[in-house]
Amino acid sequence: MSATFENRSLVVPGDVLYEGRIRTGDNTFRTQGKVYATRIGLVNYNRNMVSVIALEAGFNPLSGDLVIGDVIDIELGKWIVDIDADTPANLNLPDAIDAPYRSNIVMPEILDVGDTVVAKIVDMDRRRTPILSILGRGLGKVTEGFTVRLTPSKIPRLIGKKGSMVNMILKETGCNIVIGQNGRILIHGQNREQEVIAISVIEKIEREAHISGLTNRVQEYLRNLKVEKDE
Amino acid sequence: MSKRRKRTKKRYDGRKPNELRPLKIESGVLPNADGSAYIEMGRNKVLVGVFGPREMHPKRFSKPDMATLRCRYRMAPFSVDPRRSPAPSRRDNEISMVMRYALEPAVFLDRYPRSAIDVYAEILEADGGTRTACINAATVALVDAGIPMRDLVASCAAGKMDDQLILDLGDYEDKEGQADVPVAYMPKLDKITLLQMDGILPMDEFEECVNLAIEGCNQIYEMQKEALKKKYGIADEQEEE
Repeated sequence: MSATFENRSLVVPGDVLYEGRIRTGDNTFRTQGKVYATRIGLVNYNRNMVSVIALEAGFNPLSGDLVIGDVIDIELGKWIVDIDADTPANLNLPDAIDAPYRSNIVMPEILDVGDTVVAKIVDMDRRRTPILSILGRGLGKVTEGFTVRLTPSKIPRLIGKKGSMVNMILKETGCNIVIGQNGRILIHGQNREQEVIAISVIEKIEREAHISGLTNRVQEYLRNLKVEKDE
Repeated sequence: MSKRRKRTKKRYDGRKPNELRPLKIESGVLPNADGSAYIEMGRNKVLVGVFGPREMHPKRFSKPDMATLRCRYRMAPFSVDPRRSPAPSRRDNEISMVMRYALEPAVFLDRYPRSAIDVYAEILEADGGTRTACINAATVALVDAGIPMRDLVASCAAGKMDDQLILDLGDYEDKEGQADVPVAYMPKLDKITLLQMDGILPMDEFEECVNLAIEGCNQIYEMQKEALKKKYGIADEQEEE
């Protein structure tokens, strides 16, 4: 009936996190009365639950997620979009132009193979394939900017508490940033220097997401970069 | 048996009978793979990349209720002397399968139905016991890829040479010895996932061999954990500076 690690210590798969009765949270499993970790990450003990905040994890699509993906194929009435999940997602034509399918619509004119889209997962079909939609504000084909990647499990750190981190980065760099839950980040700045700063900040978060006090450190890092630039 | 234990000759490379070869593991070495690891086990040098879970191609081989783990064991032409043909041999295919069987029990394959997880192991230099080195590195690479695992799989061989039971056989001992028992083991769950034997051993020595190999696996397990944590430890040190 006890915790075997200190809170927020680094654990690897197979580490025994708890012996006894407790609820199991993310990235844990229970056998023989013990709770084990399934991913490398930071262990988190709550009053009645033990979970692991994963440091390495793929994207697990959930409906409601904002994602950034590449169109990889066109089929009759739908586009196939790669969103870095275990299966590619479907974007049906009615979810792209808000009109029913007609045979005279030329689909590549709307979205072609190789286009990048900002989309929302609206649903999962019966085989758990994500269904996307690009109807809505801020969604649709990407015409400017470029994407960089972050480990999907570190996206919450990039956003920060109530968006504190991303708001700070937006303010300090002046870039336009769209964060996909699947770990792709769309950056578009007024000039290259802004974009380089944004990329270096994201790389810093990738490296140091597991160390506490991240927002303050990134703020300091941004200030130092600015001082260097002024000099 | 006790007599044999007391008479401990040094091995051809100067190791004690129950001593591992020098081991070095590094995780996250390939930026383009989802997860990767590099291992040096004695003179073995193995690079492993993990991709996925991703869409299975060809689709007809995907399983509706679980992911498919695909392993590929490949020896570079320059990994052995004399040069080896780069075409996959019967031995390569067998070791690929053995790797898959050793890793499958540790991976939560049922979390990713209809998709594939690919493990590519490239032997850059071979010196006996490459299958155990591949399994050790593949486990670290799978964790680095963020694939949910029940436990790490550590793997090590034990065997017999000059009537002496020895741990972690090198190439010479593998070829000249009387027996070779590679074992893969999940230390925290206390389960064996691979057990093979080459040569002939009496039953009591076989059991002793397996226990010796498990001892080695436990040591390797600690090194694997260290390797995984080191990737994040470095960032900690930078922080302190």
